[in-house]
Amino acid sequence: MFDKGAARFTENISRNYNDAMPRRYSALLLKSPVFFEGSVLSNDILVDIQNLHFSYDGRPVLQGIDMKIPRGKVVAIMGGSGCGKTTLLRCIGGQLRPTGGTVRLENNRVSEMSHAELYDLRRKMGMLFQFGALFTDMTVFENVAFPLREHTDLSETMIRDLVLMKLEAVGLRGAHALMPGELSGGMARRVALARAVALDPMLVMYDEPFAGLDPIALGVIGQLIRKLNDALGATSIMVTHDVHESLMIVDHIYFVSQGKIVAEGTPDEIRASTDPFVHQFVYAEVEGPVHFDYPAPTVVREFLGRRARG
Amino acid sequence: MNRTVLDLWVGFFVAIGIAAFLFLALKVGNLSSAHMSETYVLQARFDNIGGLKVRGPVKSAGVVVGRIADIRFDPATYEAVVSMNIDGRFRFPKDTFASIYTSGLLGEQFIGFDVGGDERMLKAGDTVTKTQSAVVLEKLISQFLFNKAEEGQEKK
Amino acid sequence: MAESSSPIRKLGHAVVDRIWRLGFAARFFVAVLKYSGPSFRRLPLTLREIYFSGVLSLLIIMVSGLFVGLVLGLQGYETLQRYGSTEALGVLVALSLTRELGPVVAALLFASRAGSSMTAEIGLMKATEQLKAMDIMAVNPIARVVAPRFWGGVISMPLLAALFSAMGVLGGWLIGVVLIGVDDGAFWSQMQSGVDFRYDVWNGVIKSFVFGIAVSAIAVFEGYDSVPTAEGVSRAITRTVVTSALAILALDFVLTSFMFRGTS
Repeated sequence: MFDKGAARFTENISRNYNDAMPRRYSALLLKSPVFFEGSVLSNDILVDIQNLHFSYDGRPVLQGIDMKIPRGKVVAIMGGSGCGKTTLLRCIGGQLRPTGGTVRLENNRVSEMSHAELYDLRRKMGMLFQFGALFTDMTVFENVAFPLREHTDLSETMIRDLVLMKLEAVGLRGAHALMPGELSGGMARRVALARAVALDPMLVMYDEPFAGLDPIALGVIGQLIRKLNDALGATSIMVTHDVHESLMIVDHIYFVSQGKIVAEGTPDEIRASTDPFVHQFVYAEVEGPVHFDYPAPTVVREFLGRRARG
Repeated sequence: MNRTVLDLWVGFFVAIGIAAFLFLALKVGNLSSAHMSETYVLQARFDNIGGLKVRGPVKSAGVVVGRIADIRFDPATYEAVVSMNIDGRFRFPKDTFASIYTSGLLGEQFIGFDVGGDERMLKAGDTVTKTQSAVVLEKLISQFLFNKAEEGQEKK
Repeated sequence: MAESSSPIRKLGHAVVDRIWRLGFAARFFVAVLKYSGPSFRRLPLTLREIYFSGVLSLLIIMVSGLFVGLVLGLQGYETLQRYGSTEALGVLVALSLTRELGPVVAALLFASRAGSSMTAEIGLMKATEQLKAMDIMAVNPIARVVAPRFWGGVISMPLLAALFSAMGVLGGWLIGVVLIGVDDGAFWSQMQSGVDFRYDVWNGVIKSFVFGIAVSAIAVFEGYDSVPTAEGVSRAITRTVVTSALAILALDFVLTSFMFRGTS
């Protein structure tokens, strides 16, 4: 059972404060359902990407991306493999430096920040890696406690309470003493999620959160992403190619193909879209703008060419 | 729980490592005897120092009483000037003989002090006046051959 | 004008690649030193690494030291016996160990046991994106993961070399005095007068310290620079052992020519 209260309780004790904090705190006191869910109703833009270019080894990966992601929303970035979505996520997190354009996070130019400034900003970000990326030499508890221990001066008892509450929010409080090697894929990813939100970040990024999960785990993760986002008042960016799950939980979708945004819109708009690429993607069609066949000479030439000549 | 066991093992490791190092230093090497508290400098001049080396020992009655600090060449008198650090606990009379001996037949060379009976002692910075240069093997052999040749001549 | 044929181009590319890698390694080494603060301010991190590279190498180092000492004793006795100077066995064993065999063999064993495990750990953390996860959590992975391992290796190495030499001397004593019958007093007294602390033992310690730096630096670099796949990590481990061995032997030559100059 998802416990929103557990996830929110930590806000007023953790060191990570941002502008929306006072509002959420008062919302907690008021216990008003309206304020509780989506209390941050501001329209301001959290992530502002303008004309982003990125090349690797001379090969262009991102060729002019423009995005405005408002606060409090869950956004999905979709596309085929190798279209540049993970690169986009890395540019937002400052792990890659773009070759052109700017990335602004809460009015900080991420692309131009120094190492130290970037580290300060990253304390307000959380990221969930594709297969969890849990620290294999630490228990589940220690994994979730890691950011708390590194960035705060809280006492061990307080950290214990916080960690167990985060694990409670993802439903794994009883598994806190297990090692990552003993967890299933879905469980590992939930622990990684708890770790990513340990410091109540304002931006949570997900790199293929649904990859390789069974249907139950898929549903669980999807629901957790949505509910944690709303409870924390955070903004979530998901890079994925799982259409079914994403359409159920996100507010806005961007389609990336060959380094450019080819389509965007709300889930309903996307379902109704007539764009051939979007249509092929959403309805999993074999043939469309993305071709089935790898480029090759025609069948006649391949099989009858020699014979015809001979 | 795991932390304290780990610390114990690390402490044990560092302790036996240092113990091994001390073992090597004291039991295997000569650290205990090599340390001389205070030393004073004496000088000696030789016609030929042979194979004497800096940091070689200075012995008296076979016991190490000092170390050779420096070996220089005096261009005025064409002699070798040897500076020695002598252990401050020992004083030697002014008529001490400083000779260059070889340990074993072909071993390293050292300076040996043979004391006389003078009541006045050498002070820091003094020069040992009586010296005996190193025995150079080639000279010994040519001397021997020369003597043999002379004997042969006389017999005739 | 000769056309750039494929083998020559490949060779040129390989050389440039090596030099580029060397430069990157140098910069990485400076970064490790720069971010070494937390390794000492948060001692448990480094202590843990001393445990993994030092304590867990104890068995192999001490057993190998004992065997090397036993062999030295046997071989030494066999040769010295011909010249009637078997009392010099102690000096022979002690000098061989403290000057050369102790630092060098212990470093080679350390590289293959602890060095390869350092490379494996860091490489696997890179392959499973744990280093990237740390980076995005605003924790510097070099300061948190790499530097403690480096300093753990540097601190462990001289201790292990001293233990190796000590066990070797004991092994020589076991074979020579206890089993064969060389005079016990002569064994130790000749050794004590023949081995100088500053010249022999201390130089050996300096050597082992230098080897420790070299092996640890190579091990952490290969791990950090590995291709993040299973195959990449295993190749990195191989490179650690091979490069460390070559570096140890080359440094041994350089240091020996500096320290043991024979005649002044």
